[in-house]
Amino acid sequence: MSAPVTSTEALAKPSQMSTAQRFVKEILASREMAIVLVILAVIAAATSLNQNFLLSSQGWRDLLLTPSILMVLAIGSAIVIVTRNVDLSVGSTLAITAYMTGRLFIDFPGIPIPVVILIGIAVGAGLGLVNGVLVAFGKVPALVVTLGTMYIYRGVVLTWAGSDRINASDMPREFLRLGTMQIGTIPLLTITAVLVLLGAAYWLNSTRSGREMYAIGSNPEAATLYGLPTTKRIIVAFVIGGALAGLAGVMYAARYGTVSAGAGMTWELNAIGAAVIGGVAIFGGSGTVWGAALGAVLLMTINRTLPIMGVPDFWQRAVVGALIIGAIVLDRYLAARQTRKLQEARDET
Amino acid sequence: MKRNTFSARAALTAAGMSAALALASCGGGDNGNGNGGDADGSDLSITFIPKNLGNPYFDTSNSGGEDAVNEFDASFSEVGPQEDTPDGQVQYINTAAQQGEDAIVISGSDPSAPCDALNEAREVGVAVVTFDSDTNSDCRDVFVNQADAQGIAQTQVDLVAEQIGGEGQIAILSASANATNQNHWIELMEEELEANHPDIELVEIAYGDDDDQRSFDQTAALLQTHSDLDAIVSPTTVGIAAAARYISDSAYAGEVLVTGLGTPNQMREYVEDGTVEAFALWNPEDLGYLAAWAAHALATGEIDGEEGDTFEAGRLGEYTVGADGEILLGDPFVFDAENIDEFDF
Repeated sequence: MSAPVTSTEALAKPSQMSTAQRFVKEILASREMAIVLVILAVIAAATSLNQNFLLSSQGWRDLLLTPSILMVLAIGSAIVIVTRNVDLSVGSTLAITAYMTGRLFIDFPGIPIPVVILIGIAVGAGLGLVNGVLVAFGKVPALVVTLGTMYIYRGVVLTWAGSDRINASDMPREFLRLGTMQIGTIPLLTITAVLVLLGAAYWLNSTRSGREMYAIGSNPEAATLYGLPTTKRIIVAFVIGGALAGLAGVMYAARYGTVSAGAGMTWELNAIGAAVIGGVAIFGGSGTVWGAALGAVLLMTINRTLPIMGVPDFWQRAVVGALIIGAIVLDRYLAARQTRKLQEARDET
Repeated sequence: MKRNTFSARAALTAAGMSAALALASCGGGDNGNGNGGDADGSDLSITFIPKNLGNPYFDTSNSGGEDAVNEFDASFSEVGPQEDTPDGQVQYINTAAQQGEDAIVISGSDPSAPCDALNEAREVGVAVVTFDSDTNSDCRDVFVNQADAQGIAQTQVDLVAEQIGGEGQIAILSASANATNQNHWIELMEEELEANHPDIELVEIAYGDDDDQRSFDQTAALLQTHSDLDAIVSPTTVGIAAAARYISDSAYAGEVLVTGLGTPNQMREYVEDGTVEAFALWNPEDLGYLAAWAAHALATGEIDGEEGDTFEAGRLGEYTVGADGEILLGDPFVFDAENIDEFDF
């Protein structure tokens, strides 16, 4: 960015500001900032109606704890969507690993908790690998493949669990405590989600393979012609998405203490919705995991707020739908404005 | 270890549906099966056919059945498919009929799929008792029904009224807003509250959609909106577990009680930590016990399965056959810290 501009070919002038100034300005003008403002507005509105929403220790805790599982799922979904794919099977993957978590504690009494967590992540990654291989090698649209595996994985857990259910008393107290314990005033599950977010953000933003994900999503043909390992990268995206769904499954078991075969039903749609609200373009190539995570926070916070505001049941869903459509309209508007600005800059030169 | 293979909601739905079917049918074909039988029951043989084997719910109900069979000194056997499929029970029904069993006690996997086989069995003199899930009323002699809507509503109101000392604010956390059974129970609960508990105020009915997170959110909203709330009643197994889990590690633990319909395995944790004092569901052991006595009464010719027939059911006392051959077990069973460890389903 600091290289001197020697021709008029550049469409935008290089910045005169210092790096720090630019950083602050970029953050303030970012798509993610819009979500943060909406989240703050929602919290303010809810708190003005009922100050327990934020100002009680329970309210503060719910605020942080509730979005944590969806955050992990949405980060995985964002990584897959950035490559111009989609994973509809994450809800079913979550159900398998959540149920499996309970079964491991029942079938292998005394099994160490870290082992269970690792098995959950590994199984999730394995299920993601199946998706990735089918999409990357089979050249079948991800929508179709993962729609199929969504039903297959759900079928597996339905067959495995039947009408059976994992109950809180089936799992060790120490494990259940992971779902509720706090370090300081921050719940452990929230810390887990934030660590996942930091890792994913660093990878997508600052590493070569991470940037290639965007290139593949922006223009798959060009990426292939340029020689990027598209097959490998797409498989990696699905494996990461699956692994995060696996982790989310373990978190689900710890948080709710009850797992039935219906666990995580329609969560794949929440995860995709969160990513879209957070500004991840559904046709790939743009958006950040920060946005997806904030989208998850907004979605879950709105879900908690509406019952407090006394909004009737039906309208609670309608509001979520309006939010998703609003986010897309905002993105289209911003994209159109950006194009217009760039065109004006070109015409002036 | 403890497992739970029983969805109360599914079973309740099945019960509700079968009741509706029974009402809709013309009640024909329901006559005595003409097997003279042995007056004292000592040579009787009774076969239990659950929906599937290895299911703790049916293990519990069948052990109740076995107790009854031992009491009247007959022979007990239990057969059934490994998996719950609509026609999986047919071969076991046929075998039982061929072996000349005196009675079949069955929880129908499907209302109509086992019907032909059951009717063939009845033609050769086998008494057919359904329990837990009914079949069509023209292919069994009697149905032992675990609970009726009035009893479910009454028990939950009684429980919550007792726990909060007869006055205070309560809220209901239901399944979805269009769940037929729950809505019917809630209606009856409202009537009961109005009639007999004027000091209890039902402040809100929330819907958790039988989804854990939504039930959490709705519980949180109830607690934050109604600062004087004394108890949450959840007539659905997902809702009661979610509300109990949320409250048990929140600032409201000990302040707000949870009750409603749940299974012992599900609620054990929260009964131990005091979030839940008592909750209700029927007792599958009693259900199996009563079904066995009904089979005994039919096989010995004590009853024909006609409305108004009465028979003795051991420790449970006397029962009367209702309309469409239905025998009602009674009010739901209340589980609390005292008795919860006796149950594993």
